[in-house]
Amino acid sequence: MTSASAAPARPGWIGRNAARVEDDVLLRGGARFLDDIVLPDALEATFVRSPIAHGLIRSMNLDAARALPGVHAVLAFTDLRAVLTQDDIPLALPAGGLRFDVNPTCLVIHEACYVGEPVAMVIASSRRIAEDAAALVELDLEPLPAVVDPVEGLEPGAPKARLSCPDNLVAKTKVDYGDVEGAFAGAAQVVARAFRLNKGGGHPMEPRGVVARYDEIADQLTVWNSTQMPHRAKAMLVETLGLAEHQVRVTTPDVGGGFGTKAVFHPEELAVPAAAMLLKRPIKWVEDRFESFTASIGEREQVWTVEAAFDADGRIRGIRGTLRYDHGAATPYGIALPFNAATNLIGPYALPAYRMDIDLCMTNKTPAAPTRGAGRPQGTFVMERLMDAMAQRIGLPRDEIRRRNMIQPGQMPFTIPVKQRDGSMMVYDSGDYPECQRRALEIAGWDDFPARQKQAREQGRYIGLGLTNYVEATGRGPFESVSISIGPSGRIVVSSGATAQGQGVKTMLAQVVADVLGVAPESIHVVVGDTSATPAGLGAYASRQAVTAGNAAYRAATLVAEKAKTAAAELLEASVDDLVVNDGRVEVNGVPGHGKSLTQIARALAGTPGFALPGNLPPGLSASNDFMTSGLSYTNGCHLAEVEVDPDTGGVKILRYVVVHDCGRMINPMMVEGQILGGVVHGVGMTLFEWMRYDADGQPLTVTFADYLLPTSDVVPRIEIHHLESPTPLNPLGVKGAAESGTIGAPATIVSAIEDALRPLDVRITQVPVTPPQLRALIRQAQVAESAP
Amino acid sequence: MKAPAFRYHAPTDVAQAVSLLASLENARVLAGGQSLMPMMNLRVAGPDHLIDLGRIPELAGVAQVPEGLLVGAMTTQRALETSAVVARLCPLLSEAVSNVGHQQTRNRGTIGGSLCHLDPGAELPVAAAALDAVMIARGPQGERRIAFADFPADYLTSTLEPGEILTHVLLPVASARAGSAFLEFNRRPADYAIVSVAAHVTLDEAGRVAGASIAVGGVSHAPVRLADAEAGLVGALADAAACAQAGRLAATLACDGDDLYPADYKQDLCETLVRRALGAAFKRAGAGHV
Repeated sequence: MTSASAAPARPGWIGRNAARVEDDVLLRGGARFLDDIVLPDALEATFVRSPIAHGLIRSMNLDAARALPGVHAVLAFTDLRAVLTQDDIPLALPAGGLRFDVNPTCLVIHEACYVGEPVAMVIASSRRIAEDAAALVELDLEPLPAVVDPVEGLEPGAPKARLSCPDNLVAKTKVDYGDVEGAFAGAAQVVARAFRLNKGGGHPMEPRGVVARYDEIADQLTVWNSTQMPHRAKAMLVETLGLAEHQVRVTTPDVGGGFGTKAVFHPEELAVPAAAMLLKRPIKWVEDRFESFTASIGEREQVWTVEAAFDADGRIRGIRGTLRYDHGAATPYGIALPFNAATNLIGPYALPAYRMDIDLCMTNKTPAAPTRGAGRPQGTFVMERLMDAMAQRIGLPRDEIRRRNMIQPGQMPFTIPVKQRDGSMMVYDSGDYPECQRRALEIAGWDDFPARQKQAREQGRYIGLGLTNYVEATGRGPFESVSISIGPSGRIVVSSGATAQGQGVKTMLAQVVADVLGVAPESIHVVVGDTSATPAGLGAYASRQAVTAGNAAYRAATLVAEKAKTAAAELLEASVDDLVVNDGRVEVNGVPGHGKSLTQIARALAGTPGFALPGNLPPGLSASNDFMTSGLSYTNGCHLAEVEVDPDTGGVKILRYVVVHDCGRMINPMMVEGQILGGVVHGVGMTLFEWMRYDADGQPLTVTFADYLLPTSDVVPRIEIHHLESPTPLNPLGVKGAAESGTIGAPATIVSAIEDALRPLDVRITQVPVTPPQLRALIRQAQVAESAP
Repeated sequence: MKAPAFRYHAPTDVAQAVSLLASLENARVLAGGQSLMPMMNLRVAGPDHLIDLGRIPELAGVAQVPEGLLVGAMTTQRALETSAVVARLCPLLSEAVSNVGHQQTRNRGTIGGSLCHLDPGAELPVAAAALDAVMIARGPQGERRIAFADFPADYLTSTLEPGEILTHVLLPVASARAGSAFLEFNRRPADYAIVSVAAHVTLDEAGRVAGASIAVGGVSHAPVRLADAEAGLVGALADAAACAQAGRLAATLACDGDDLYPADYKQDLCETLVRRALGAAFKRAGAGHV
């Protein structure tokens, strides 16, 4: 990996490859993950889960399980209902296109709608005994037909995925602007394609988990939850358990990855606290890998049919088509996912007219919700594959057709007439898309490649180079909160509604605050992911925390610095204008040593009984800020991949991978690169390996990492990362998000490269992941066609 | 995913192990545990007793004996991989074992464990099939030798009798004009093979094939020897045409397929891997025509 491009030297901490404040404890084994939380009198839970994709509970006999020594309770929905205010978990996000909302319940009431849906809960002195007892639960389900395929599920006469719903069309929406019919009517060329992008998931190394303890004396519920969104989890618990805000604390321990999987509130996150209240005993549940595959949300299954109209010179006139989306068995996240996919299709290109009809199909699979990329890799995939198809049709180089269609930097901000979730239009705030592609082509050796490819083909080797441009809407609002407080101890404590899953959020916040207060990041104590630390917060989703929490930290730190200076001016009898904050002190500019430390100022502002505060300032050296976004900031990138295909086996090897990335100003380039690297690897998985497969009855077929293949270090090449920095005008720091963008470009890039490698055979890929048998079959067909007379 | 309760036994000699295995109900031998422990955690296997062979010194190690190379069943895969003796005397085993799992699993996984578990995607049974390994077992009735061809009984099942323990594997020592190769195709290097091929050839002075054995894994419950191709090779010039011809025969193997890896795809892999493995084996045997 290359280091950051030479940004202008800045004093201070923002922009530095600072060592992560999290790493010391992580590397020494001192981190405390969910399973490390050991409460002395805690019981352990496991869930009896539906073994079939769709069925009605005829009967459930819990007696044998309850009789097993070591078992404390075996609970069905009716047992937990005693402590709940309502049957369902009110997850629904408002969405215009939804025809009906389907909220999950913490345990199945009578209709099980996917394999893995929790039906009963066993609580025992150990997980092993709980599992022994779970095997003794006699669950009699009447099987119902399962909806597995999102296309078949929308056909007339399809069985219903949920008996209570009128049909499986859970939502119907569209993206529609410009004169689409006119664009096609007057087009010189039209290309049509169909794609299926299969289901995958987030698969954090640490699965989900919950520990809940109800303190009867304090009448308070404490929940340790390996979640990306503790404040939302608290809101759900407050509502469903009928408690007041002060009675519930949700806190996240160290979290071993999220990737979207831990953003949605899952049924177990209510069942465990509810059971703890019911039994008045602490309860721990740690998701195992089978549960992670079947009970944790996943995404990506989308079926597209699209056509693009364009002029003879390759300029795109319009796109239209349909997107059918597998929503799974509930609607935990509204229509956000397919909407992201459809809107991100537009990418860095000027698309004058566009209509995409989106049908969301309810199926008997684990509910779908955003996973790293959140629908955008799919939309980008479709657009970029269309670009390649258009280029091939008119014999234009793949880079040139993109160049001709790109939005130019002078057109920024660029408005696309698509209304977003918050009611605003889609506006690209900044970026230089042509330059991004130019740099990437140059680094990857695009111009020299045809000669190398020809040479390789003469040796019987099939190598190809693929290209993709994309954007990502980052920094989704509405807000994030940060409070900074320096007490008499002198310790700088930064508390935020942000949450950390390993991406370096604490370092990011510490660097921003350190930059303003002139102290070392490691001297700052950062508290994130705890509802007791901030009254409000949202957490980790949509590549947002550097944008939202980062700017809140910047503003709060600036307020603290100003207050420190105002107080110091009083204490030093100096003018505020002559003071500077540096190295944890407020000093008179040009008079080193003449000043007050932040600790001294904090002590003065803490107050002394009966005495006035310095300058009659309000007490405390502290400040808070809720940074409210004014729009989404668009990160962009260009990916190139070089691959080699073995035509005899269908095997694909990625030889080289180049990313040129622009997420505006970077707070810590090393951490940005870590995010991009991880994102690309996730995208490599989506393209060549990861596939959550189900059989025709809705039985999941890939429930271990032996069957569900994650990309390992030996199949991912060195990923070369380079940066542009186009600061966004939308926030004071000029930063954009970087967490998902690596994933977005990868599938389209790799598939472009595979098709390029197999150009002599004109192989056309319509599905990801691309598996060796599928690719071999396409190659064989092409070879047969070629050898036919 | 916690294993059901079981009792752990750690005998220190084979006699104790055999006696425990014969006397305990629902007992299984633990020989590294790289497959058995996950199966127990997934509750696919639920033995009441585990008899760990890992503390029996006589079962681990490699020795050259008059009949060939004698490998203790509890020799770890990593020990085989790094053994200079194995590399010199039985290079096919060296190459096969380096394809087994990850280094971390090879540190614990054993040759005997893998051969007795008989996973269709496993590498070591394929090498054992190509090498005509002799399996040496001990049970209540004493010691017994089983040709590897007779060792697999069914899917994940060997012909070991109840109460019998595999103690050693006897492998032939490669001759001077021999060459071998192990090739597999999988999605990621550490995965089980979708199809694997072990080829072992000996050439005569004239560069013609004096003997050939080719075993294919991943196509059935146990490795399959390509008898027709082997017979056809004897006397043939060790050249590309011979490799291609053997590959074509391999493509006619009846293969177990599924939705993900259909039989016709596995046949394609058989053809390609046999052709390539044989070519590599010829080259290593000193053939000048490939």
